[in-house]
Amino acid sequence: MSRLPITKTPKPYVGGAFIRSESGRTFPIKDEAGNFFANIPQCTRKDLRNAVEAAAKAGPGWAKRTAYNRGQILYRLGEMLEARRKEMIDVHVTLGGPKALVTKAVDTAVDRLIYYAGWADKYEQLLGNVNPVAAPYFNFTVTEPMGVVGLIAPDRPPLLPLISLIAPAIVSGNTVVALASESVPYPAILFGEMLATSDLPGGVVNILTGFRKELVPTFATHTHLRAISAAGVSAEERRALRLGAAESVKRVRFADSETNWLAESSQNLDAIRDTLEFKTTWHPIGA
Amino acid sequence: MLAKTPHAALVRLFDEVGTVDAVGVEERVAKYTTRSIKKASKVKGLKLATSMVDLTTLEGKDTPGKVASLCQKALQPHDADLGAPQVAAVCVYPSMVRHARKALGSDTGVRIASVATAFPSGQAPLRTRLAEVKAAVADGADEIDMVINRGAFLAGEFGLMQDEISAVVEACGDAALKVILEVSELETYDSIRAASFLAMRVIREGDFIKTSTGKTSLNATLGNNQVMIEAIRDFYLDTGIAIGMKPAGGIRTAKQSLQFLIAVKETLGDAWLTNERYRFGASSLLNDLLRQLEKEKTGAYQAPYYFSEAAESY
Repeated sequence: MSRLPITKTPKPYVGGAFIRSESGRTFPIKDEAGNFFANIPQCTRKDLRNAVEAAAKAGPGWAKRTAYNRGQILYRLGEMLEARRKEMIDVHVTLGGPKALVTKAVDTAVDRLIYYAGWADKYEQLLGNVNPVAAPYFNFTVTEPMGVVGLIAPDRPPLLPLISLIAPAIVSGNTVVALASESVPYPAILFGEMLATSDLPGGVVNILTGFRKELVPTFATHTHLRAISAAGVSAEERRALRLGAAESVKRVRFADSETNWLAESSQNLDAIRDTLEFKTTWHPIGA
Repeated sequence: MLAKTPHAALVRLFDEVGTVDAVGVEERVAKYTTRSIKKASKVKGLKLATSMVDLTTLEGKDTPGKVASLCQKALQPHDADLGAPQVAAVCVYPSMVRHARKALGSDTGVRIASVATAFPSGQAPLRTRLAEVKAAVADGADEIDMVINRGAFLAGEFGLMQDEISAVVEACGDAALKVILEVSELETYDSIRAASFLAMRVIREGDFIKTSTGKTSLNATLGNNQVMIEAIRDFYLDTGIAIGMKPAGGIRTAKQSLQFLIAVKETLGDAWLTNERYRFGASSLLNDLLRQLEKEKTGAYQAPYYFSEAAESY
């Protein structure tokens, strides 16, 4: 007996749930052969607002986890991606990626998660400090997560840069709202399913799919986002982000357009530092 | 001879005031959440809701200082250039009324409401409850929020319940009265409607009926609100006496408050879209209203910690 085909409805992962856009709108994407592949939710600024609320709600709990525990959870996220590695590679190939390249990219994405998982309980030792001062005080500098961070992933490649932006931001206790690739959003949706099964509390990572033109201005002006980390942005988007960030006093970091995401040089401690605040405390030394 | 069980008494009351089609009410209120209120009408609605807020603090840890800062916020909710109106009233415990009066002064548009009558349970002797009302009014309360005797209502002793409300009306003097039905303890829409009628028959024009104390698990919902404003409508059409309404507890977002206003507009009409006839009992609602007003003004979504006394600071 022949079965009816069961097709999956792609839904992005926001606030620990798989959502459709509040607008109800979708846009079709095609596979490499030009055939219809799926309808992707076209998230709006209201979805972004809701995602920020979810991220803010998840923030304190996530930041309070021990560094060791955050590392474990990031590692588990790597395990989830590794377990569905073949599916992820196949989807990339269907959507037009060369097999050898996407295999390397997916493997690198797993490794990148493991890399930042390892940093979880180590970056503080390198970024924090005990400062020598000429008075009877212990003076030390410690790091704190900034809060809710907005991430804008480049259009291509669709997965590796997204993960390279997410991992260093959440490892320190930030929560993120990420905008996935506009033309190849499906891998990010699939990655959302892995986030859901990785012990990561709902709301720590929120991924939106939709049109950059519609969403980037809201990323720029939303005052609850404390920082923006963006890659693959046009000159026009860069301007919009800079202006909006100046108005709402947030930190903006643009990835170099020449970044080779496959290279080891694209993962480093600086990426973690980009979404940290530094707190210096003067503590009197007892008599 | 008429049966005297609580059940028989309730049935007779239901025959008199009519019962509620619960499914119909749920379906009706579900429609209110689908209205699209945007731009200028949204700003108007947000400002109207702000002017209807009874800014409330009812905690064991309330201090004169906390009440004073609440009063400042009531007088000027945010930066003046936002154009947000003053709230309708502050709502405090009786012991805090004199501190609120001191903070607000006597020449002010913000009224002082005080919960009295052994709030929230009402389980104190009538004499004690009346003394509490009189003390609050003497300290400067403009409005008294009383709880009904739910035990009497559920036992079918409607006369007792109404006599107690009448006694409080008398003790209030010039102060307006809000009668809290505590809907979560009345259990059915039928009982809520019946209790609304019992209360409305003994209070005065300009007094209010109010959903809840905010101290139980279930508070103001669109459904409860609908049952009560329909009772107010039917009572008004019967008698010509206009009673006000105050949903309280659980209304935290601007969007919710707009939905309640839609219910009022479509059930009671524009005459009730004023803080003389409709109030919100809330504490965190005000900040969300201000946040949405600021968003409409600047076009940028706002972080909650830009507004004073935000519970959330992350």
